[in-house]
Formats: sequence, structure tokens, C-alpha cells
Amino acid sequence: MKSKAGSKAASLLIFLVLTVFAIFCLAPFFFLLISSLRPGAEMIRNGISFHVDFTALNLNNYWLLLEGKDGIYPLWYINSAIITVLHTLLSLLVTSMVGYGLAMYEFKGKNLIFTIVLVVMMIPVEILILPLYKLAIGIEMINTFMGVIMPFVVAPMSIFFFRQYAESLPKELLDAGRIDGCGEFRIFFQIMMPLMLPAFGAMGILQAMFSWNGFVWPLIVLRSNDMLTLPIGLQSLITPYGNNYDMLFPGAVMSVIPIILLFIINQKAFISGLTVGGVKG
Amino acid sequence: MADPSVIGLGKPYNRRSRLRQIFSSQKTAPYVFVLPFILSFLVFFLYPIISTVIMSFQRIDGPEDVTFIGFQNYKNLLNPHFLNAVWLTTRYTFWTILVLVPLPLVLAIFLNKKTTIGKNFFRSAFFMPALTSVIVAGLFFRLAFGEQQTTLVNSMLGVFGIKPTIWLQDADASMFVMVLLCTWRWMGVNIIYFLSGLQGIPEELYEAAAIDGASEFEQFLHITLPSLKPVIMYVVTISVYGGYSMFAESFALWNGPRSPGEIGMTIVNYIYQEGFNNNNLGFGSAIGIALFAIVMAVNLLQLFSSGFFKKEGT
Repeated sequence: MKSKAGSKAASLLIFLVLTVFAIFCLAPFFFLLISSLRPGAEMIRNGISFHVDFTALNLNNYWLLLEGKDGIYPLWYINSAIITVLHTLLSLLVTSMVGYGLAMYEFKGKNLIFTIVLVVMMIPVEILILPLYKLAIGIEMINTFMGVIMPFVVAPMSIFFFRQYAESLPKELLDAGRIDGCGEFRIFFQIMMPLMLPAFGAMGILQAMFSWNGFVWPLIVLRSNDMLTLPIGLQSLITPYGNNYDMLFPGAVMSVIPIILLFIINQKAFISGLTVGGVKG
Repeated sequence: MADPSVIGLGKPYNRRSRLRQIFSSQKTAPYVFVLPFILSFLVFFLYPIISTVIMSFQRIDGPEDVTFIGFQNYKNLLNPHFLNAVWLTTRYTFWTILVLVPLPLVLAIFLNKKTTIGKNFFRSAFFMPALTSVIVAGLFFRLAFGEQQTTLVNSMLGVFGIKPTIWLQDADASMFVMVLLCTWRWMGVNIIYFLSGLQGIPEELYEAAAIDGASEFEQFLHITLPSLKPVIMYVVTISVYGGYSMFAESFALWNGPRSPGEIGMTIVNYIYQEGFNNNNLGFGSAIGIALFAIVMAVNLLQLFSSGFFKKEGT
């Protein structure tokens, strides 16, 4: 009896601890939302705070965002969407091919290539920003969407994931396809790709998230106001001469919404995308 | 890439189909599959690495105005700004590991218990911050830790009679904010790593231990921890990587590479400042190489001390 009461108390304690940390994780979202509904002048006076005049909350900032000032915000949103979609599709196509090739075939240099994939995964991209910048100038990719996308299309982590996934595909299908007279690429596109759909889901969502939230590289490549992505655009609203809170907060909220919706719809894919690299015995 | 239909344009049909056959034969196909990686590796990785090593030995005053200066850039690294950046980044990495390994581990164990209520809700709640861009996260932390008396954090502290702090102007306070920001964003991701590790531990181990009379803490010490060792090592390794290459967080908190008294100047901030603001590409490259060497050294040290290389011998 005694131990039963004890374990009940322990469960309650655990529940309380989890609740405290959940509040820590979720509170910023709540305050961002509230802040986006407050008049900018009030934000300047009090910052993010408990002192909220609830009667003054309204959607004005959002209207301002959509129509006001030369419509630059919707443009950033569209830029981000274009870059994210292009980047994700290209990356999925290419990394699935590489991962599949590494898993399915025996060929000279295969181990070397896989080792290089692992090494590239381990080197911080931040040390490459200067030489990549120089290269981007050289091949005239500064201030273009392609410049943002190209250097990171062939994501090594994604290759690693597709390889792991393809290893589990039945090799007999390859032979069956050949006997039926399919070329190697037809086998990939028509037989294997559909079997790899869960892997496409996981990597697609993760890649879209990285691309949508990308900061360091777009900050360097994108130069003119009309080419900016959402995060870089929002960053540019913070100036030494005052922060444009009226646009900043609704912009921040709008930038978070699509990715949260995606997460709510497809939690499993997010999680399987993350855990592949983590748990190798 | 060679598109057979383009190559074969106007040529007899059988030539085209032969090309296609060679292109997609069993022998050549694997190379075509991995070709994008090889190309991208050569253009966007190997070439930049080589070019940054070369640049680190140069003074670059303009596209055509390049002088070879030997190890001068590396000698210049021994200046207070760089040493400050290394020390700051090291402290930051240390704190993030100290918080972001044990805390998510404990929370993951809690979430893994059969009796815990609302597991799915908590897991989603913890993961949510990882979905935000660093700009949005930085914006919140910057204004919640604002200097006015009325801001979120200062007014909370006021309840306990603690005087308002000017958070982002003070070295220790800003380190706290940076580590907290990192904790907020990455706690959920690490929880997921640990959870997937925990789920791989066979239940029977615990049952057997319980029959032998091991307490829950003993079970944690002798079963959970050793089984999770690979995951813990992975999390530490990516934390070293992430900690030393931290940039965007501090960039967002201070709106640029500069911060009062360099309290937020990380190594990558220093690269950015030298490379883009001071147009000093050679010196910036040397900082990059130094950063690479530091990350490698710390990771090797960590792998050695945790006995990773001993395993090979057995």
C-alpha cells in the first residue's frame, strides 16, 4: 500500500515537472501572438510584458502587413515559399538518387564516396561562408534564388537517410525489373521511388523546415530588398533607428504558422527524419 | 546532364537507343546516381575548402590585388578579439552541453514511463520551439529580456524583489540569455534523440533487475546510462559542433556581429565581421581554419576520453 501511494506521488511530481517545462516551451508562442495584436506604440513602451491592455488588442497590424508599405512583406513570403519548394524538391530528387545508388549497387569507389558523405556531415558549414561567398560572386549567383539553393541541395544528412532506408528495400525487385526489360532508371523511378515514400516524407518535411528557416547563407547571398526571404526580411526590420514592431510581430507569427501546421499534420515524419543519424549502435 | 533525346537529335534512331543503353546500363547507372553528390562535393565543398586554405595565407585587398603573406594571418589570430571569441564560444559550448544533455535525458525518461499522462502533448510541446526560425526566437528573447522594468523577465523578477537587469549589456547575463535561447530551441530535439534510444532498451533488462532488487536509481545507473552511451556521445558531438559554430543566435540578439563589449562575439561572428564588414577575406579564412581545428580537437578529445577508440581493439 505504502509503495503504491509513493508511486502515485512520484507520477504527480513527474507530471508537474513536465508541465513547468511545457510552459517554458510554449509561453513564447503565446506572447508572440499577443504582441502581434498590440499597437506598436505600446510595444515600444513596455516591450514583451505582462502589462497588456487587452481592450487595445486588434488585427490592425495584420492588415498593415498585407497591404501597407509597397507590399514588401507578401513578397518576402512568396520568395520564401518559392525557395523552400524548389530547394526541397531538388534536394529530394538528388539525395534520394545518391542514397539509393550507394545502397543498391556494388561499384568501385562506393566506400570512398560514402566516407566523404560522412566527413562532409561533420564539418561546420559556417567555416565555408567566406569561400562560398567568393565562389557565388565568381559564378554570378549573388542575389539570386539559385545562389541560395544550389550549395545546399545535395544535403549529406539526407543522403545518409535515404541510404539507410534503401538498404531495407528488397534487392530482388531490382532483378525482377531487369528481367522485365526496365532500365536502371526506370526501376528507380517507377518501382523503388514509390516504395521509398515514407523516406521522402520524412526528409521532405525536414528539408522544408531547414529551408524555410534558413538564415546564415541567405543573409549573405541576398542583397536587394525585393529578393529577401522571410527571416532575412524580418531581421531587416530591426534597425538602429527603431524597430518596426507593427510589422515585426505579425510577420513573425505568420512565419511560424505554416511550419507548425505541417508539424501538427505530420509529427511522425519529423521525428523519423531526426532520429536516423542519432542512434547508431 | 546528358539527355539522350537532345544528343540524338537528328541522328538515326538506333544511335540514340544505344546511347541510352550505355547511359542506363548496370555498370554505369550507379555512377550516374551518385554523380550529383560528386559534382556538388567538388564545386561547393572541396573547391571552397581548398580556396579558403589558400586565402588564409593571403592578404586580399581586391579581386586582382592579392599578396601572399605566409603565416601572417595565423600570427594575427593571437589578438584579444579572437581570444575573446574563442573563450566566449568555449564557455557557451560548455554550458549548452551541461544543460542540454542531462535535462533532456531526464525529461525523456519521464516521457518514457508507462504511467506518465499526456505524453504526446508534452512531446509536441517540447518540440515546438525547434520549428521556429532563429530570428523569431531571437526576437522574443531580445524583447522578453529587454531592459525596461516592465518587460517579461524583469517584471517576473520584480515579484521576488529582484532589481531589473540590463540583460543584453552585461557579459554574464547575456551568456545566460544565449544558453537559455539554445535550451529553448534544442531541448525537444535532444529529448527525441534520447527517447528513441530509450525505446531500444529491452524491457526484460529492467524486469530482471527489479527481481534482483535493484532500485530505480540503480537501474538507471547500470542499465539506462550504459545503453544510452552511443546516443549521449552523439548528442555531445553535435553540441560541440553546434556550440562552436554558433552565430545566428547572437546575430539575432544584437542585430549583427557587433555587441556591446563583444559580449556576444562568437568565432563565426568574428569571421562574418572580418569577411563582410572589414572586407578582410584572408584573415577571415584563417579564423575559419582555426575554428575547424578547434572543433576537430575537442571532438577527438571527447571521443578519446569516453573510450570510443578502445572499442576497436576488442
